[in-house]
Amino acid sequence: MTECQDIELEQSRRDSLYRTIRLIRRFEERCLDLVKSGDLVSGIHPCIGQEAVATGVAAALDGEDIMFSSHRGHGHFLAKGSDPSTFLAELLGRANGIDRGRGGSFHPSDFTRNIYNATGTVGHSAAIAAGAAWSVAQAGTGQVVTCFFGDGAVSQGALLEGFNLASLWRLPVIYICENNQYATSLPVGAAVAGTITGRGEAFGIPSVTVDGQDVEVVLAAMTGAVRRARAGDGPTLIEADTYRYFGHHTFEFKVRLDYRSEDELARWRCRDPLEIAAGRVSPQVRSEIDADVEAVLDEAVRFALDGARLDPADAQEYTYTTGPQPRAGAL
Amino acid sequence: MPRLSYLKALNRALGDEMDADESVFVMGEDMNFALTNVTAGFLQRFGPQRVLEMPLSEQGFTNFATGAAMAGRRPVVEFQIPFLLLLVFEQITNQANKFRLMSGGQTSVPVTYLMPASGVRTGWGAQHSDQPYSLFAHMGVKTVMPATPTDAYGLLITAIRDDDPVIFFGPLACMGVREDVDYADLLPIPLGEARLHRSGTDVTVVAVGQLVHDAIAVADELAGEVSVEVFDPRTIYPFDWAALAESLQRTGRLVVFDDGNRFAGLGAEVLATAAEQMHLVAAPRRISRPDAAIVGASPDLDAGLLPTRQQLTSAISAVLKG
Ligand SMILES: Cc1ncc(C[n+]2csc(CCOP(=O)(O)OP(=O)(O)O)c2C)c(N)n1
Repeated sequence: MTECQDIELEQSRRDSLYRTIRLIRRFEERCLDLVKSGDLVSGIHPCIGQEAVATGVAAALDGEDIMFSSHRGHGHFLAKGSDPSTFLAELLGRANGIDRGRGGSFHPSDFTRNIYNATGTVGHSAAIAAGAAWSVAQAGTGQVVTCFFGDGAVSQGALLEGFNLASLWRLPVIYICENNQYATSLPVGAAVAGTITGRGEAFGIPSVTVDGQDVEVVLAAMTGAVRRARAGDGPTLIEADTYRYFGHHTFEFKVRLDYRSEDELARWRCRDPLEIAAGRVSPQVRSEIDADVEAVLDEAVRFALDGARLDPADAQEYTYTTGPQPRAGAL
Repeated sequence: MPRLSYLKALNRALGDEMDADESVFVMGEDMNFALTNVTAGFLQRFGPQRVLEMPLSEQGFTNFATGAAMAGRRPVVEFQIPFLLLLVFEQITNQANKFRLMSGGQTSVPVTYLMPASGVRTGWGAQHSDQPYSLFAHMGVKTVMPATPTDAYGLLITAIRDDDPVIFFGPLACMGVREDVDYADLLPIPLGEARLHRSGTDVTVVAVGQLVHDAIAVADELAGEVSVEVFDPRTIYPFDWAALAESLQRTGRLVVFDDGNRFAGLGAEVLATAAEQMHLVAAPRRISRPDAAIVGASPDLDAGLLPTRQQLTSAISAVLKG
């Protein structure tokens, strides 16, 4: 087991944790509006309900630390400090987006924040993260690497191969499984034999399940994991129990999949990460933060909608670092 | 002058690059004993931090190389058997090769995938004898397949220095090919530059890998009767279309000698491009493995599946008549 010590946070940190959760929640709600209005064409995998995981994880990291996100990753980016304006512009596929419109909602990256990417191949970031962790460990930079994935990813062989390499070489990587109870429509109980932490333990990785709705609990687990990683003691697996309030992807608003009961949703909404964090800040600070977040997001929406459209003639720019100009599809 | 084998050229190129650039390292299976001989002597020379012994975990270690590359290193990943490239087809084509574009140019993934024994292993059976270069070219991964020791040296150096993923196919049938070379003449060779092994005026034969040597033999045999230009692209993707156009300007006749399967293979691509855009005075031909070829269980059966010199000779006379 990893150490999961109680930490008494200063009030300013609690305020800041609340702010990040609020920012993610409202960012996602703005995205839902932009999906409805047709401006965010791809739709999104909303992380509403899971904000405390990203927030607690990022709060334990330094700016230089490396992160690998997932398809449900908007919260990871915002928590690690990505600029909401250029990030939103990216989701809209605009020229002023963080990846110049080439990453979109499912596979963005932000190298200004050392977020390397969110590969679309579920579970495969585990070994990519191990490789990055090996590089930084060899270079002795002291950076740690964090890697997010869902409960669906733990059935992917390549993820387990990543665990093996990370543990074999005691690499400074922290695996965070956001167990939101479903992989699309598949409940975790119908997919995972044994347990998620058992996957980590099988490879000798200290593994712990924590309450992912309480940001301070996540932060505490991460603090121990980061210490271990920086000390050269190898990887940790943190399974954060959480829940997404909305569909797997916004297309569910149309297809109306029915795999979760109203009861279940209501139970999880009682443990809302936003309200848990809000309970630790004063009402006055809360309303100041809320107003500030709205102002930031008003600006982000304006910036993104004002972003220039991309030119189809540039569709293959950035395919290669050097060399071939790919031939056109028609002469 | 020293005799340099293809295999020794790979060893030399990789060793030279590891000497020249600290960020280069090699990883693969049975590295500690240099099973393929490509890394012979490396463990002593470079130590275990740069010669990484990998478990049998191809998808994991291919992704591992991607992460190491994004974090500043230049991995060379060795694969022992061509089908392993199919196991990691997704990791290379859908991940490593897309991450630069997906990041809008923020990152590069400088990994070299070294396949030093591609193609048929007589008697090794159906699953050990594929030649999947066309698949990677189709997906837009930079792909090289040199035929000679000098070219192998020069293209491996370039592949390692390239900032994008590059797959290096070294045909098993070429490993023993030897050349007299002055080591001082070994130089990097740019990607996408073809080499003319024989100049000719009657017909251009585009040959790759070990078939280059067969094409040279046929050209020499026919010398006096037919003037055959032997065109070795060396790089499958990007292909040197400009040099091919120039060659066809001279000859107007084309035969492709390709070790891949027929359907949607390299031969198909070269013929189509020549037909669309280049000077042809006769219908072109291609020789390849058949559609759906499953090669390698018995030398007798293989003879029915692999491209031969005799097929090349007949194709040359057919395009001359056509
Ligand atoms: C290897 C792979 N299989 C399937 C998919 C399609 N897919 C994308 S997200 C997803 C569900 C993933 O569930 P989980 O890992 O629990 O993450 P969550 O969506 O719940 O955040 C699936 C099946 C994929 N992208 N990659």
